Amino acid sequence: MSSDPSTSNVERPRAIVAGHGEFAAGLVSAVGQITGRGGQLIAVSVAKLGVEDIEKLLRSRMQESNVKVIFTDLQAGSCTMASRRILRGVDDAVLIAGTNLPTLLDFVFSEAKSPAEAARHAAERGKSAITAHGAGGGA
Amino acid sequence: MTLELYRIDDRLIHGQVVVGWGQPLDLEFIVLVDDTVATSDWEQELYRMGVPPEMDVFFHTATDAVAAIPKYRADSRPGLLLTGDIATMRRLVDEAGVTEVNVGGIHSGAGRTQRLRYVFLSPDEEVQLRELAARGAEVTARDVPGARPVTLADLLAGNEP
Repeated sequence: MSSDPSTSNVERPRAIVAGHGEFAAGLVSAVGQITGRGGQLIAVSVAKLGVEDIEKLLRSRMQESNVKVIFTDLQAGSCTMASRRILRGVDDAVLIAGTNLPTLLDFVFSEAKSPAEAARHAAERGKSAITAHGAGGGA
Repeated sequence: MTLELYRIDDRLIHGQVVVGWGQPLDLEFIVLVDDTVATSDWEQELYRMGVPPEMDVFFHTATDAVAAIPKYRADSRPGLLLTGDIATMRRLVDEAGVTEVNVGGIHSGAGRTQRLRYVFLSPDEEVQLRELAARGAEVTARDVPGARPVTLADLLAGNEP
């Protein structure tokens, strides 16, 4: 029997989204607008925080929501650095850096997979969703 | 080319450094001066993973950095030196002849008061910054190249441009 999307638990937190400025809130808002499943994602803003406080904040959000997946924006970003420290040695934990909207859209619709599997699948989807058009590029 | 910027930033290597400064300055190397990172292979690997493969990162303790800085200044490539705190930069001003200091990011923490959007200082850190200037270093705050530099006087007064 297929699951009924109207009754599935689409609001259960499954991952954290963190990054520069309003990156996280903006992406989570967009996911919510497109799918109604923004509740699966916890947006974390780290403006004004130092490295240790970023780590504490992300760690506490993970513990509160019992999630082991973090999506960040930049490979070199402070959230990515902090997440690597937090996830070091944690089983079944996944960090996806370089997150875009298609990544998160794929993730929130992959409820049949474990969050870690869904995150890895979503990362591949996000990579393949980047295309260039026009300006002599051919098709 | 040489060391283009001597920056205090408690986030060390992060987006503003690698992208914000890295691209306009065409940075080819970063010198990270931090006693903790310089003695941890894992931390060094963490920071190396954050930079493009063509950018070198060199790690030093404050003591090692004093001796190594002349070599980096003589490097033909553009580079950036980072410390995570004012005290480490003060050693480099005193012992390695650093004359210009960029305050790039000191974030909120216990006992600190906000001075700029990206600078929070404790009373002791304020004294340390004044001492850098008293030793002849030009101290300005600027998080990214597109921002206007903030003088030390304006920084301490909390005058955001």
